[in-house]
Amino acid sequence: MKFRSLIFANLFRKKFRLILTVGSFAIALVLFTFLGVVKSAFNRGVEVAGADRLIVVDRVGLMQLMPVSYGDKIRAIPGVKYVTHDHWFGGVYQDEKNFFPQFVIDVENHRQVYPEFIVPDEQWNNFVKDRQGCIAGRRLAERFHWKVGDRIPLKTTIYGAANWEFNLDGIYHTDKEGGDEGQFWLQWKYFDETVPSVIKSTAGWYILKLDSPDDAVRVAKAIDEKFANSSDETKTETESAFAAGFAKQFGNIEFLIMTIGGVVFFTLLLVTGNTMAISVRERTNELAVLKAIGLTDRTVLFLVLAESLVISFIGGVLGLFLAWGAIPAVSAALTGLLPPLLLSKTMLTLGLLFALFIGAASGLLPGIGAMRMRVVNAMRRV
Amino acid sequence: MIRVDGPSISNSLIQVRGLNKTYTRGGEQIQVLQGLNLDVDKGDFVAFMGPSGSGKTTLLNLLGGLDVPSAGSVTVDGDEITHMSGSKLTHWRARHVGFIFQMYNLIPVLTAYQNVELPLLLTKLSSSERRKHVETALGVVSLSDRMHHYPRQLSGGQEQRVTIARAIVSDPTFLLCDEPTGDLDRKSAGEIMGLIEELVSKYGKTVLMVTHDPLIAARAHTTLHLDKGVLVEAHKLEQGALAGGVA
Repeated sequence: MKFRSLIFANLFRKKFRLILTVGSFAIALVLFTFLGVVKSAFNRGVEVAGADRLIVVDRVGLMQLMPVSYGDKIRAIPGVKYVTHDHWFGGVYQDEKNFFPQFVIDVENHRQVYPEFIVPDEQWNNFVKDRQGCIAGRRLAERFHWKVGDRIPLKTTIYGAANWEFNLDGIYHTDKEGGDEGQFWLQWKYFDETVPSVIKSTAGWYILKLDSPDDAVRVAKAIDEKFANSSDETKTETESAFAAGFAKQFGNIEFLIMTIGGVVFFTLLLVTGNTMAISVRERTNELAVLKAIGLTDRTVLFLVLAESLVISFIGGVLGLFLAWGAIPAVSAALTGLLPPLLLSKTMLTLGLLFALFIGAASGLLPGIGAMRMRVVNAMRRV
Repeated sequence: MIRVDGPSISNSLIQVRGLNKTYTRGGEQIQVLQGLNLDVDKGDFVAFMGPSGSGKTTLLNLLGGLDVPSAGSVTVDGDEITHMSGSKLTHWRARHVGFIFQMYNLIPVLTAYQNVELPLLLTKLSSSERRKHVETALGVVSLSDRMHHYPRQLSGGQEQRVTIARAIVSDPTFLLCDEPTGDLDRKSAGEIMGLIEELVSKYGKTVLMVTHDPLIAARAHTTLHLDKGVLVEAHKLEQGALAGGVA
């Protein structure tokens, strides 16, 4: 490009201002990316939800337990392929800050319902045979440096102030992008033997896999009708709807993120727009000379926009690079408080597009001003 | 040959006919140029003089296609520029006009070489061809050894030489000089005028120059005075003054 030297020479005309503007972009991009990954983390349950899975909970609420006998009745409904059930365990490992989700699982159909969670057969078989066995996700095991064969103590206040101990029989992983490798599973049979009688023979919620996702509405309706007017009426919904509802329990995260993101957007737009306007105003005479010697109005607009876009590109890339380095550290620091924060390629692309959009928008008005500037008036002004 | 009587048929390089320029300031109409006629042939060197506000720079802007007249026409080398669209006029300027300003108006963040190269970026010349043209232009103004210096590293006279190199690098049809020595000391002014004279005598350039300085104007082939919006040749103005006419 012929005007490259002019564009870059103008960029470095005020180095301190350039550093501040690029810095504003970089910090805004770090914030934008961080907000994006937090939003994505809360929505990940929705994103990775199986289209052919339904969740059945007690109509009163998630913490209300249902009879384990519901499993057979649900399985009998046409269109249901597999049924399994989970319980929330809510134990504490060493200290409350070491939070991680623990599920009491029914080993019978769990692997069929959740094929994305991969456990080596030998480890799974050991787990099934070991009533005090447990399986941990790969990320969770790495977090606490667990290895197969370790003895893991958990305390729980939900089922009496009891100390529970488990043998780590296996470690699962998932190949699904954004898949959850932070869960801890223990066996329902051992749980059922140990808990107080009021909790025995219950399930927290049912998860069922359908023959076809097309059956979802019909099967959900059939299940809820089957248990209507019983002591434990049900509410059946798709896994993605369930995950979305679960995320909403934390408050309107999306609204909060969009609001902060909006503030970031407009602040950055004003800062860079002002910078570009000052930069163009300082060069009125030079731009007039360029027009006098034959640069067209469009070329002048292009020069201003190019400067703005280069600033936004450099700031954007720098911000994304900082975010790429910082987010894993933030994620590790917030383990237990937030779902894992993952910076995806989509988010990186969105971040760069966001930066370029701001760059184009902030350069547009000063650029149009420079484009419309009359040479004679501009030369007279200086 | 320079004429200000406006013959109806002319083969001059620059023909100005009935040129009017009126400004509106504070609701008041100010007529700067009134039915001005001018013919300038190729290779002529004309100096325009006149008191401040007489319209010298306005005339230069109209001749250079930087401004549009209220009435009348300007024809250069057969092209009537007064009715050209904005973009066409821009392309015309790039091809036909070389500007030399009083304040040099170089881009401070570009070297002398890059400043001189600017008009060539609008052409289809390759990088090596541009280099050849720039080096030649800087050679003409005797600044080959300063081509990688920035304007702040040059004296005023050297900066004006770079401006001249930028004006001639694309070999324009004519040069417009607005007080080219106005910001220079006497010695540097003399050198710049020597250079402009050389462009006329050696390279056959047509030069139209505005100046306040009678000594500078005296180096042109013809000096024209702008008086009440019309051009008067210097010797006629002197005759009028002797007869107690025009002041």
